[in-house]
Amino acid sequence: MAHMTPTPVLEPGQDRTMILNMGPQHPSTHGVLRVLLEIDGETVVRLMPDIGFLHTGIEKTCEAKFYQQVVPLTDRIDYLCPMTNNLCYVLAVEKLLGLEIPPKAQWLRVLFNELTRINSHLVWLGTHAMDIGALTVFLYCFREREEILKLFEAVSGQRMMTSYFRVGGVALEPPLGLFDRIRDFAGYFPEKVDEYENLLTGNPIWGMRTKGVAKMTAEDAIALGATGPTLRGSGVDIDLRRDMPYSSYEKFQFKVPVSQEGDVFARYMCRVQELRESIGIVRQALDGMPEGPIKAKAPHVVLPDREKMKTQMESLIYHFKIITEGFAVPAGEVYQAVESPRGEMGYYIVSDGTAKPYRVHMRSACFANLQTLAKMCEGHLLADVVAAIGSIDIVLGEIDR
Amino acid sequence: MALPPSITDIDQLKSHPAVARLQQWNPEAIHAVKFDRDEMTIVLDRSALREACALLREDQACPFNFLSDVTCVDWYPAEPRFEVVYHLLSIPKKERLRLKVRLNSSSLNVDSLTSIWPGANYFEREVFDLFGVRFAGHPYLRRIMMPEDWEGHPLRKDYPVEGYR
Repeated sequence: MAHMTPTPVLEPGQDRTMILNMGPQHPSTHGVLRVLLEIDGETVVRLMPDIGFLHTGIEKTCEAKFYQQVVPLTDRIDYLCPMTNNLCYVLAVEKLLGLEIPPKAQWLRVLFNELTRINSHLVWLGTHAMDIGALTVFLYCFREREEILKLFEAVSGQRMMTSYFRVGGVALEPPLGLFDRIRDFAGYFPEKVDEYENLLTGNPIWGMRTKGVAKMTAEDAIALGATGPTLRGSGVDIDLRRDMPYSSYEKFQFKVPVSQEGDVFARYMCRVQELRESIGIVRQALDGMPEGPIKAKAPHVVLPDREKMKTQMESLIYHFKIITEGFAVPAGEVYQAVESPRGEMGYYIVSDGTAKPYRVHMRSACFANLQTLAKMCEGHLLADVVAAIGSIDIVLGEIDR
Repeated sequence: MALPPSITDIDQLKSHPAVARLQQWNPEAIHAVKFDRDEMTIVLDRSALREACALLREDQACPFNFLSDVTCVDWYPAEPRFEVVYHLLSIPKKERLRLKVRLNSSSLNVDSLTSIWPGANYFEREVFDLFGVRFAGHPYLRRIMMPEDWEGHPLRKDYPVEGYR
């Protein structure tokens, strides 16, 4: 691998500084992030992330697939929030097609999107706390995450790579009793958040490691393209779910947590409060779940019912045609953004009128958020780099794509 | 299911704050406009890009103060072959805007936006790496995804999907 050669060249600027290599195999880089650090004693003088180790060319692969075949690829970009990626992609294709989605499918999408957010934030909280030295929280978080993965498995057959949202609706009707299980989970989850907070929020050691560390102003955050809790932790009040709603989010009530301090603790508080808000949205989605179909009425796009396919010629033909030829999408381009657990996840899709996308580009939230790392760390202590990396919640699969 | 037709007549789109601002500044800079599927696209002259972005960022009525995304589309074998696509967001007004610059394959150069939004850095490096478009004034224009000694630009349409290069 050519990557073994130390590519981003960072030469020591002064006689008294040295270059330290961190990663790509390092437990606190959350995947394969390599960070080059120029340090003066314990102080970071310059910081330069090196990415691309997980680059698999997903954008190129998409160009060779039918529109419906891209959905499973989107799971694999950000493996901690597969449903958010599914949602963003299907919304973009539906916008290109001009497709109306029935209310029940939209509600199901909101429900599982919020469970995904909780899932992703739990992994973040556990690993972030573990990086800083609070090992216990990790086990607590993964206990609840396991429950969510079981719910995903029940609804889609998969724990992580769900591909549950499809162009035109969702893949399957949820099994009987699933909503009761989710309601149970929503019932006891707030207590569990209290449990995490008891371990961390008031803990003086946690406070010393996070308060006033890796600070970033709102101006810097906007200029560097930060989104999500990384931006809201610096006091910028924007959440795409509330401000530019999609998939019926305008029908849900929730608060958008914002902190003013711009440090690691502020970003931590934003995400922990988001856990509580998300479980509120889950409850609202369960209470207001409409009746009706889960797929749009668009036979040339949505696969027919299995039963109908076995009894009706027309359905069988559509099934055969969608599987073998895909469905043509009118020429044009759209940019659809959703609020992923990490920030603005955007899909830019260009169609040339055929059954395969001409170009698919994923705007990854972490990719932009990672640029803030140098701003947060330069001039501060080496030990705080680990806290800063954890606080921007990166997933390297999404950065490298 | 029927999509409304797209609007490409600039006189009908004058009321859009970004179009109005840019027309008032320099009507020559706008090559084309399009309003399709509720999204506004402005195709700009390559030389006007950086100044236009600086203007839009500071606009009083609707400041497009956030650069969401930079990417590129390859229309091989047509000319102009490349379209560099910028997505701007106005955080105060919750508006999106798409800017485009078209480039001939003979001169793949466009001004870098890093002086306006430092966050353009990685996005432009990615476009440089995967399409081979060069950004004038970029502080560190090197490959970001592919290894340093990689040959070719994988997202170009004449780059094969399978087999050997």
